[in-house]
Amino acid sequence: MRRFTSLILYALLSLVIITAAQGRWVNPYILQIAMFVGINIILSTSLNLVNGYMGEFSVGHAGFMAVGAYITSVLNVWLFSSTKVFGPAVLSPSSAIYLFPVTLILGGIGAAVVGLLVAIPSFRTRGDYLAIITLAVNYIVKSSIENMQVIGGARGFMGMSGIVNAMQEVVNVPWVLIWVLTSVGVTVWLLHRFVNSTYGKGIVAIRDDEIAAEIMSVDTRRMKIVAFMLSSGLAGIAGGLFAHILGYINPGTFTIMKSTEALVMVYLGGMGSLSGAILSAVSLTLILEFFRPLQVAKWVVVPLLLILLMLFRPEGIMGHREFTDVFPALRRFFPSHGKEK
Amino acid sequence: MFVQSFFQNLLNALQWGSFYALIALGYSLVYGVLLLINFAHGDIFMVGAYIAFFLATLLLGQYAFALPFALPPMAVFVITVLLTMALTACVGVTIERVAYRPLRRKGASRLYVVITALMCGLVLENGNLMLLGANRRSFPELLPTAVYSISGINISNIKILVIIATVCVFLLLETIVRRTKLGMAMRAISYDRMAVPLMGIPLDTVIVFTFVLGSSLAALAGVLFAIAYPVLEPYMGALVGWKAFIAAVIGGIGEIRGAFMGGFLLGFVEIFVAAYFPSTLRDLIAFSILLIFLSIKPTGIFGIARATKI
Repeated sequence: MRRFTSLILYALLSLVIITAAQGRWVNPYILQIAMFVGINIILSTSLNLVNGYMGEFSVGHAGFMAVGAYITSVLNVWLFSSTKVFGPAVLSPSSAIYLFPVTLILGGIGAAVVGLLVAIPSFRTRGDYLAIITLAVNYIVKSSIENMQVIGGARGFMGMSGIVNAMQEVVNVPWVLIWVLTSVGVTVWLLHRFVNSTYGKGIVAIRDDEIAAEIMSVDTRRMKIVAFMLSSGLAGIAGGLFAHILGYINPGTFTIMKSTEALVMVYLGGMGSLSGAILSAVSLTLILEFFRPLQVAKWVVVPLLLILLMLFRPEGIMGHREFTDVFPALRRFFPSHGKEK
Repeated sequence: MFVQSFFQNLLNALQWGSFYALIALGYSLVYGVLLLINFAHGDIFMVGAYIAFFLATLLLGQYAFALPFALPPMAVFVITVLLTMALTACVGVTIERVAYRPLRRKGASRLYVVITALMCGLVLENGNLMLLGANRRSFPELLPTAVYSISGINISNIKILVIIATVCVFLLLETIVRRTKLGMAMRAISYDRMAVPLMGIPLDTVIVFTFVLGSSLAALAGVLFAIAYPVLEPYMGALVGWKAFIAAVIGGIGEIRGAFMGGFLLGFVEIFVAAYFPSTLRDLIAFSILLIFLSIKPTGIFGIARATKI
């Protein structure tokens, strides 16, 4: 029973949110923020795999997000809607309802393949040089999209709201919200199981000492490929969802600024703490929304708050600990570090 | 014709690379001593350009009160450069004192210091946006531009000034780091941070000195940039800063020669890609070259792979 407590709780929470959205009890603005919270949770937890658990310094997470966003959106628009550029719809628009998760996952796979661009140099490079490689990949992705006129170039790409509408015509429930909630659940579950498994502990071993890990028969190359591809693939899925929430994407969204946001969430929550990443993703998104009336000053106030937080708590909100370490009573409901199995 | 355009581009690349080199030197100095990527450095460059703007307009009497005596243009230029360097150095040292030093004392992981640096950069950028508004400001003409044309190649005095200033700064820095006691202390800190205080070397003084050097170089770059491209905006430091960081890494971060070479290399790649390909491909090609280069030589041009002990 205990194994399923967190699953059931999350399912109940999702159900409440979906019902609230379906019954229009909350206004669309709050709903959109809830979805952004979900996206940010995926981004920060997936980046935490590389930056927190593996101890690398990846500063180009938004690049992978862009790949996923564009692949998913272009596939969806090409398959399910008739546009000037791509011609008539290949499949009937109503089939989007079944195939949306497929295109979402394809976007994730595409992003994971781009993640290889970082994973392969990471065999020989570590630390700041690898940071530059991730930065370069972010620029390369953004710049390539800007140069592809077919998918809108710097003007951006739109038409995803048509897909969402087509899905809602078949069954009128908030599909994007459902997929965001599902993806968040799957991401957190996957990462939790992964880093607590014997196999995934290899990643933490690489952080602590790469050579020692190699001697202890951790296949470091394989672990790096897995970590980078998993992390970037999840970011790609987050990007695909992001595109369908907004209905419009342009390369300017996926700059270093976006990557920095994800970075801040990871370090605010604490390196190598999954619950910290979730907590900081939720709180940072809400704080940013809360300070929206301040306009420009928001971007002065929020960084200042973060600097102050760093001064008083340099290891982030949770440090290296998980939520269950802070409140041991919760272990009754959430099995902790690898004790299941 | 081809030869002419080649040399023209070469000159432009030297100037463009000079800015990268000057900023990259600041990154490299701080990294060499603290192993900290000071991401606020690009914005210190921006702050330098703005300080220079206000000083120059003040000295030229463009505000309500004019100076009682008119200064010759050369004097205005020299005073602006020196005061800007001094004031910007104060900004850099303030950031170090307020944000980085407490973290260092607490022994925080250096990645948290990096995040703090990113945040300081954001505060500078957006604080500027908040205080001065989003208007672009045009920098007053400090030096009368003179363009010499030698066999079809246009050489302006500003380009020459920028390039010569950068080379001088490089030579000066090499001398400081190699020949003076402070420079020796800087190298010692990057070699072994634990042993240096035990030898009676004041760690904090050396670090402050490093920040003074780095920030004043960024300020110099800011003044020269503003003279060469006289439009100022709050975000001008962000992209240039990131690229200068890349330049520092290509050269091998922590190495002064490396930052210098890396800056020029990046300048060459960017200018020549823009000259012979569509300019929208500039970032794409420049960064692809960087990616390939780092895959082949992961520690940059002058970087030395440090052996890891188990």
